[in-house]
Amino acid sequence: MPEKSVQSVEEVTIRFAGDSGDGMQLTGSQFANATAILGNDLSTLPDYPAEIRAPAGTLSGVSGFQVHFGSREINTPGDLCDVLVAMNAAALKVNLPNLVDGGTIVANTDGFSEKNLKLAGYDTNPLEDGSLSKFRIHAVDITKLTAFALEDLNLSPKIIDRSKNFFALGLMFWMYNRPMEPSVDWIEKKFSGKDEIREANLRVLRAGWNYGETTELFTVRYEVAPAKLKPGKYRNITGNEATALGLLTAARRARLDLFLGSYPITPASEILHELSSYKAHGVKTFQAEDEIAGIASAVGASFAGALATTTTSGPGLSLKTEAMGLAVMLELPLVIVDVQRAGPSTGLPTKTEQADLLQSFFGRNGEAPLPILAAATPSDCFDIAFEASRIALKYMTPVVMLSDGYLGQGSEPWLIPDFKALPDIAPRFRTESEGFFPYLRDEKTLARPWAIPGTPGLEHRIGGLEKQHIKGMVSHDPNNHDMMVRLRAEKIDRIVNDIPLAEIEGTPDADLVVLGWGSTYGAIRSAVTRHLERGSKVAHLHLRYLNPMPANVGDLLKKYKSILVPEINLGQLSKIIRMKFLLPTIEFNRVRGLPIRAIEIENKITEILKG
Amino acid sequence: MSTLVEELINTYSKLETPAYTAKDFSSGSEVRWCPGCGDYSILAQTQRIMPDLGIPRHNIVFVSGIGCSSRFPYYVQTYGIHGIHGRATAIASGVKIARPDLSVWVATGDGDGLSIGGNHLIHLLRRNLDINVLVFNNQIYGLTKGQYSPTSLKGQITKSTPYGSIDYPFHPVVLALGSSATFVARSMDRDPKHIQVVLKRAHEHKGTSFVEIYQNCNVFNDGAFFLFTEKETKDDNVVFIEHGKPLVFGKDRDKGIRLNGFQPEVVSLKDGKYSVNDLLVHNEQDTTLSFILADMTYKPNLPRPFGIFLAIDRPTYEDEMVRQIEAAVTSEGLGDLGELLNSGDTWTIK
Repeated sequence: MPEKSVQSVEEVTIRFAGDSGDGMQLTGSQFANATAILGNDLSTLPDYPAEIRAPAGTLSGVSGFQVHFGSREINTPGDLCDVLVAMNAAALKVNLPNLVDGGTIVANTDGFSEKNLKLAGYDTNPLEDGSLSKFRIHAVDITKLTAFALEDLNLSPKIIDRSKNFFALGLMFWMYNRPMEPSVDWIEKKFSGKDEIREANLRVLRAGWNYGETTELFTVRYEVAPAKLKPGKYRNITGNEATALGLLTAARRARLDLFLGSYPITPASEILHELSSYKAHGVKTFQAEDEIAGIASAVGASFAGALATTTTSGPGLSLKTEAMGLAVMLELPLVIVDVQRAGPSTGLPTKTEQADLLQSFFGRNGEAPLPILAAATPSDCFDIAFEASRIALKYMTPVVMLSDGYLGQGSEPWLIPDFKALPDIAPRFRTESEGFFPYLRDEKTLARPWAIPGTPGLEHRIGGLEKQHIKGMVSHDPNNHDMMVRLRAEKIDRIVNDIPLAEIEGTPDADLVVLGWGSTYGAIRSAVTRHLERGSKVAHLHLRYLNPMPANVGDLLKKYKSILVPEINLGQLSKIIRMKFLLPTIEFNRVRGLPIRAIEIENKITEILKG
Repeated sequence: MSTLVEELINTYSKLETPAYTAKDFSSGSEVRWCPGCGDYSILAQTQRIMPDLGIPRHNIVFVSGIGCSSRFPYYVQTYGIHGIHGRATAIASGVKIARPDLSVWVATGDGDGLSIGGNHLIHLLRRNLDINVLVFNNQIYGLTKGQYSPTSLKGQITKSTPYGSIDYPFHPVVLALGSSATFVARSMDRDPKHIQVVLKRAHEHKGTSFVEIYQNCNVFNDGAFFLFTEKETKDDNVVFIEHGKPLVFGKDRDKGIRLNGFQPEVVSLKDGKYSVNDLLVHNEQDTTLSFILADMTYKPNLPRPFGIFLAIDRPTYEDEMVRQIEAAVTSEGLGDLGELLNSGDTWTIK
């Protein structure tokens, strides 16, 4: 057996790339799971085309999954990758610009046939023509090796071909010293009853590992020590899973049934999938005929006494607009989850963006304010979903929770909370008929009473027409309307007293603060951390509450000479900040359907600090 | 642990249903339809049958969209939502799924229910939630002051069709049958007794009940249905269909409907050629027959059928959902949230 040396590294980014039918999402997420179990901190980014099966071998059909892991704090899926696993020529072509100089390429040579090269637009084979000299290339005929491993099983070529991703996975497991057991267990479970496929995948997985172990092609293995994470029990979780669990946990802590009215849409559908599998928890999921029926049914369920929610992405949010206004008028609790994607219109369905902030603020007819919260990381989706539910129930209002494609589908380790330690958010249904009026508000919160059908003596009608203050009858009185518009706005404004103050990370006496919201958290934190490590004076303020904003945001921002606002849009938070606080901001906008890279923010900070 | 709603239902389900009168179902809000509007009759008949349902009014919810018909919930002393245009059926679906214990009613019109809300309506019908949908069909947009609706007749002159409508109208009963509805009926504002019978049957039916009600808009489309509703012409132009009974009509009950192949035709019972025994006998459970009867609507020389076209049993969506939840609890055990949060591959950092 050849001598193998072991190198210790602090962090690594691996990108698995292949045809959209090659199983790269599965390979990547399996690698991420094994990595999480090993105790590394990590962050993942699925990057796949909108077409389910684009023509094989083409550039548009390339699907990728990036895993960034390390023994230090990992905040982003990695700007560039250190290792690129390319199952064909197109995957290499598309992803090469994201590979660091000196990086490693593991290429499946079978995917570099003349036809593949032509489809990818290569005149000559890059694995052979010297054009990749600045990288370390491992050319492996994965397809052939997979077929060898399965030789005696008499399987169809299709099954053999579909197993080859496990060879790549096994090889990467070997190279980065990851445990195979979780994937073995997964295969056993997933393909139980399908003995042929199970056996094939297990064999190929091991063949990949053994190939690394025995051939002379690979001389170095890498070790990434566990990260210093907070003690406790962890699991790897995507934002969409975390959102589903957060909503369910909120329903439990509110002692309400959870109702989801939703229509499938990328990249939010996984929340619907998750919640519809929680049948034993009594969750009621309704896949409606369209986005409008999704939210309208949720409004009905809320009236009837459920914790009601609807989940969607940008175009769906546009369709829900009118019903959101209805929920504002009815003053019923409702959580609207928007997993933002690149727009406008259909845009780039599978790509991430932060461009629905202004729509959430202003995208309704009339004066229709509502609370807006945004998750900062995949696991933060749990906390934000819970918090959005708490606010909706306490203030009798629809709440928008903003996530995005990267958060929803990306993953990171999650310190599993003890749900019994979370606050009791059970609402108090109004049951006393004495002195009941549908719009008689709580003095402190201005919330109206929640009187649900089934309660004797509280029969009442609510609707989209303006209501008379307190009594709730239809009213066309001009002064009443003016008052109700102000009351609805003030109710939302008062939530400021019920949310935590914003906290600055970094140096307090800095001249520059980087202000962010949503999924840019990791990239900003990485960029700011690198500057702090070099002794630069810079601070980071990240908003999870967008409306209302924490009470101290204006005062905090005023302390800094410059406010840099990186966003995956054309400056939507910047506009809000200027409007609210009359403060100038420096916009940093990238709208490429991808997370902003930490290095881009780092460079921008450098540029500003230089003056 | 039980939910707050379960506790609430348990608390109040012990109460006896009071002996109501129609007046108990009046909310006291001033009714603001135009004087002479057909809606008044539908409201009155609804309030009249409510005491007979044996349901406490706090367990009843009326949902509507937008339009003249959709003001309905404001006038009924039950729970109610006046929603947004076209979405009443979707809102009502959420109410019913969340709370199968409630009696849920939708008041909608030919614009709200069949135009902007057409999609939600057909999906409600195929899902078969136990909701009663009353479609007030006046063949015109009343609240927006007189534009043509999806049931307006071809050639109809309205504010938006000064040269006559070129739209071919929807046929609500056929649409409902085509959407796999399990209960489909037609009635008219000027026949209080008939509405009452139909509404009670709609309530008794377990599943979505679709009731088209011809309703006169005396301001923008006066007399649209006079042929069927007025004393002078009604008997010869209307055939009331009743389960198990032959289709007889006419002022002197001397005409009937016979099936000639699949085609209904009018025959005389006077000239000795045909007797009652030759006539088509209605069967509410016959889906094929329901289409044949519904298809009589716009056929010349045939009376227009009123009554219950179809009433068949099919499991309701909400029951299926409850059944699925119960089955999951039986096979997997009642969901344990702590276990769920800790599921998947986990690891511990010390």
